[in-house]
This record gives sequence, C-alpha cells and structure tokens, in this order.
Amino acid sequence: MTFLLRRASFYLITLWAAITANFLLPRLLPGDPVQAMITKLGGRLNSDAMASLYILFGLDEKKSIWEQYVDYWGALLRGDLGLSFTFFPTPVADVLSQSLPWTLGLIGVTTIIAFLLGTLIGVYAGWKRGSWMDTLIPVTTFLSSIPYFWLGLIVISVFSVTFPLLPASGGYAAGLVPEWSGEFVGSVLEHAVLPGITIVVSSVAGWILGMRNMMVTVTAEDYVLVARAKGLSEKRIMFAYAARNAVLPSISGFALSLGFIVGGALLVEMVFSYPGLGYVLFQGIGAKDYPLMQGVFLVITLAVLVANLLADVGYLLLDPRTRREG
Amino acid sequence: MSPVLEIRDLSVDYGSLRAVHNVSLTLGAGEVLGLAGESGSGKSTLAYAATRLLQPPGRVPSGEVRFKGHDLLALTEKQLQVLRWSEIAIVFQGAMNALNPVISVGAQIDDVLRTHRPALTRRERADRGRELLSLVGIPIDRLSAYPHQLSGGMRQRVMIAMALALEPEIVIMDEPTTALDVVVQRQILGQMMRLRETLGFSVIFITHDISLLVEFSDRVAIMYGGRVVEEAPAAEIYRAAKHPYSQGLLGSFPALRGPRRELRGIPGSPPDLRSMPTGCPFHPRCPQAMDVCGERMPSLDSVEERRRVACWWEEAHV
Repeated sequence: MTFLLRRASFYLITLWAAITANFLLPRLLPGDPVQAMITKLGGRLNSDAMASLYILFGLDEKKSIWEQYVDYWGALLRGDLGLSFTFFPTPVADVLSQSLPWTLGLIGVTTIIAFLLGTLIGVYAGWKRGSWMDTLIPVTTFLSSIPYFWLGLIVISVFSVTFPLLPASGGYAAGLVPEWSGEFVGSVLEHAVLPGITIVVSSVAGWILGMRNMMVTVTAEDYVLVARAKGLSEKRIMFAYAARNAVLPSISGFALSLGFIVGGALLVEMVFSYPGLGYVLFQGIGAKDYPLMQGVFLVITLAVLVANLLADVGYLLLDPRTRREG
Repeated sequence: MSPVLEIRDLSVDYGSLRAVHNVSLTLGAGEVLGLAGESGSGKSTLAYAATRLLQPPGRVPSGEVRFKGHDLLALTEKQLQVLRWSEIAIVFQGAMNALNPVISVGAQIDDVLRTHRPALTRRERADRGRELLSLVGIPIDRLSAYPHQLSGGMRQRVMIAMALALEPEIVIMDEPTTALDVVVQRQILGQMMRLRETLGFSVIFITHDISLLVEFSDRVAIMYGGRVVEEAPAAEIYRAAKHPYSQGLLGSFPALRGPRRELRGIPGSPPDLRSMPTGCPFHPRCPQAMDVCGERMPSLDSVEERRRVACWWEEAHV
C-alpha cells in the first residue's frame, strides 16, 4: 500500500511538472497569439478587431507571470483550454473531445490487437522454435521495416484505387451524421479497416520478436523442466510456466505503448486523413495554433502518465517479486 | 532386493559428442543409489536421459530403461505423462530456479494433484498441500507464499514436498542441497531419508559431494567421463575404494568420522568430451596408470559380491 502511495505521489509531481512546462513553453516563445493570428490572416484585420482579439485572449490586462499561472490552473480545472485558431472560434477542449474518440478507437484497438496477436504468435514460435513459425519472423520484420507512410500509400493504391474495395480516407462516409445507427457504425468500421490493418502489420513484428526471444530464454529455465517432469500437459507448461514468465517484459512495453496511442499515430492519421488527434495536431502545427498544440500535448502527457501507472500496476499484479510486503 | 528401475546399456549423445557410454545400473526397491562424479561426468545427463527429460541436442542413441515392465524410452509422450511424477519424481538441483517465481508454491503443488488426481476436489487438494508442507516441516500458512518469500532451505523442502505429493515409487535427487549450507544440507537429507523409511520409495541421489553420498546412500556408483568406473555398497567404498578415481574423490573430502587423514586433490582436470583420451579416460590423471590404460578401455567387471570396478590395475592385482 505504501508502495502505491509512493508511486501515486511520484505521478502527481510528474503531472505538476508537465503541466507547468506546458504553461511556460509558449510564454518563452517570441510574439503572442494575436501576432500569430494577424500573420495567419495576412494583415487583413483592423485595429478594433485586434483589440478585441487581445481582450478575447486575455492579453489586455498586464498580469504577472504568477497571476497568469494561477489563472491557467483555474482554467485547466474548469476544462477551459482556450480557443483554437485553426478551428476558430471552437474551444480547444471541444476540438480535443471530438478527435480523441477516433484516435482511441482506431489506434487503441489496433495496438491491443497487435500486442495480443504478436504475443500469441511469439509464444508459439518460441515454444516450437525451429518450426515453420520461425519463417514468419523475417516476413513480419520486413513488413515493419517499410516506412509507414509508404506502406499506407501502397495499401491505398491497391485496395482503394486499383481495386476500389475500401475507402481511402476519413473516419466515415461524407454525408453521414455521427449517431448510433447501423449505417454509421458500418461506415466507421469500413473506414477503419485499411488504417487498422496497416498499423497491425507494421507493429506486430516487434511483439513477436520480443516474445519469441523471451520464450526461448525462459524455456531453458529449471522450472519449465520441473513442469515437464511433473507430467503437466503441454498447454499448461507452455502458458502457466513459460509464457507467464516470458510475457513480463512485453507487459511493460505494452503499457508504455498505450501511452503513445494518443499522440503516436500522426502518420496513420495523415495518410488516411483520419479525424483523430494526430491529424488535429498536424493541422495545429501547420497553423501555429499554440492553444491547440498545448491542449494536445497536455492530453499526450496525461496519457503517458496513465500508461506508466498501468504498467506499474500490471507488473505488480503479474510479478509477485515486485510486491513489497508490509 | 527386487529392482524397480533397470538402466541397460544407456548411451547419450550431445550432437556428435558422446556424454554417457553404455551405462547399466540397477535401483533396488527401497534403496538409495548414490551417483557421484565431477561436473561433466555425465551423472545428471544419465538421470535426465533415463527419465526422458533430456533437452535437445541431447539424444539417446541406444539403451533401455525398464520400469514396471515398460521401457521408458519406448513409451509415447502421452503414456509417459501419466508415469511422470506419479511414479518417478525429481528433486532438482538449484532450489533457486526450480520453482516458478510467479506462482505460489501451493498452486505449484496443486498443479500436480490437479493433473494426476482429477477426482480430488479443490478442498481435498488444498488439504493435501497443507499435509505435504507439514510433512517436510514447513508452517502450513506458507502454502500461499511465493518462492522468493522463502529461504533456500525452505524452497528445497517445498520441492521435496512436491516430489512426494503423489507418493512416487522413485525419487531422483539431483544435487538437492548443493546451494545450501552444510547444516541445512544434513537436516534436509536426514529428513528425506526418514520420509523414505515411512513412505518406502527408492532414491537416486546425485551429487559431487562424496561425503554426503557415502553417509546417505546404500550403494554408490562413481562416474567418470560418461562411464561408471566403480560400483559398490557405500560402506565398502568408503572403507576401501578400488578405482584410483574413487580413491581420489574420497581423498578430496574431509572424513566425518574415523581417524584423520590427509586431504588430497586429484591432479589435472576432468576430460573434455571433444577430445577424450584413448583407453581409460582417467589414465592421464591416474597415479597408477600402466601402458595398457592408454590403449584399451577396461570393462566394468565384478570383483566381489556386489562390487564392480573398471580398472586395469585392479584387474592385474586381484
């Protein structure tokens, strides 16, 4: 329990540091958001509009950096992340809450699928090493070494241009309204197939390789020999004795990869014009949309912290040696 | 004494190297057979080969292992699975790693019962687990402990409890106490021998510590370079070992009882499997080596009632 408390306070401190850095960074940059907006609009703003923009962004009052910091926290706790320039005048929080589910849905599900599939293949390949499954490894490694955008473009050109089976871009068919209807869900799934498959194909090799090698290592352990001598079934030895121990390093890798789901799929969302967070970030960067970038970074930071916490807890559950008594 | 396990002409290869050469050994009912030898002498390899636990690239090109009318080497994997642990259990060397670190010791004992005694209920299995722990002198609340929470001695006791779970006919103990201190070694072996008297199983006891071997075995087989070089009742071998290698081994450990004697090591090092000397593999290190020793391998012949030695010098001086 004390261990959990210690971890929790560590995460709180990290969170505070990350949010503070997020606050400071844009303020260290030259210029201010209104200047950026003026530049973006190519000077087509009169002085009244500029003055109202300063008021809108709260830059009219000369506040000390400390007052700004306190205000920032206050706004953050209210869920107010400011206004986006790119999607002006939509609040950043709204932009994020619209794009986050798409990213979580696509990248989250495919990351989990890739992990489960890769680990399972790795278990069998490591257990029966030297079998035909070993030939899978160079194949999957080759696929994962193809630059992602290239793989994505090939898949698009084959499956939506040469053989127009699946849509090439977007999260759902144009003209549909997001709602819980069969038609909309079907369209979402259809649009997720190509990006989903490319993600799984390009990331599964790492899980297979890691798991296979750990299986080979663990299979040589005495307790696996003991399990065999005990006359346990092959399945039981493979899963409860070998894989159960071999999976531990993969688990922490998996939990960390969950943290990068939120921000890590920039290329996928760009190639497939998927309406997720990565695509939003891409647009935000193009437009020097600091509030939006700040908001995205905040979400990524939170996601990485949560993933780390998950890795800690998962390890605690799976490996009794990491539990501290008392 | 009727034999429970008969190893006949067993050879073991690792790739193209022969690690065990035509070994024949018999384990009598209720007997403790000690197997001694330096590292690499083939004593563990022999035990693993006989129980079909040898890992590739190890392989058994020839031989037979008779147990209750079966040849263990000819059984299918399924038939073998039934015999494993219920008839032949093994207490492994290195108590450190023989238990699965992520499963509680209770669950590891339970595993055995669930596989081999499917009729038992969950409660009966738990009761049996507690019974087994108390048999080896471990507090029964440690059933839910994980291996890392136990001391080395406790872990070894858990291994013994687990080995006895199905009341096997034969228990193979492979360096069971090597990682433990001398006091705990003796406690555990003493306890094991008392359990043997009450439960009546036979033991193959493998160790390089010949003083333990002589103390706890009925009969001893000394291995060198993959061959049995001498086989005799424990008391006899302690009193008057016939093979120069056995004499060397005995001379390298302090005697527990009896008159003091000078400690001597054996000069040289164990033979390399890749370049075995011709003739008797021990002759380059043997103080009594004769010309014939470097030319031909002596056979393991009976010299007395229940004593066998493979030595040219012994043959010449009978």
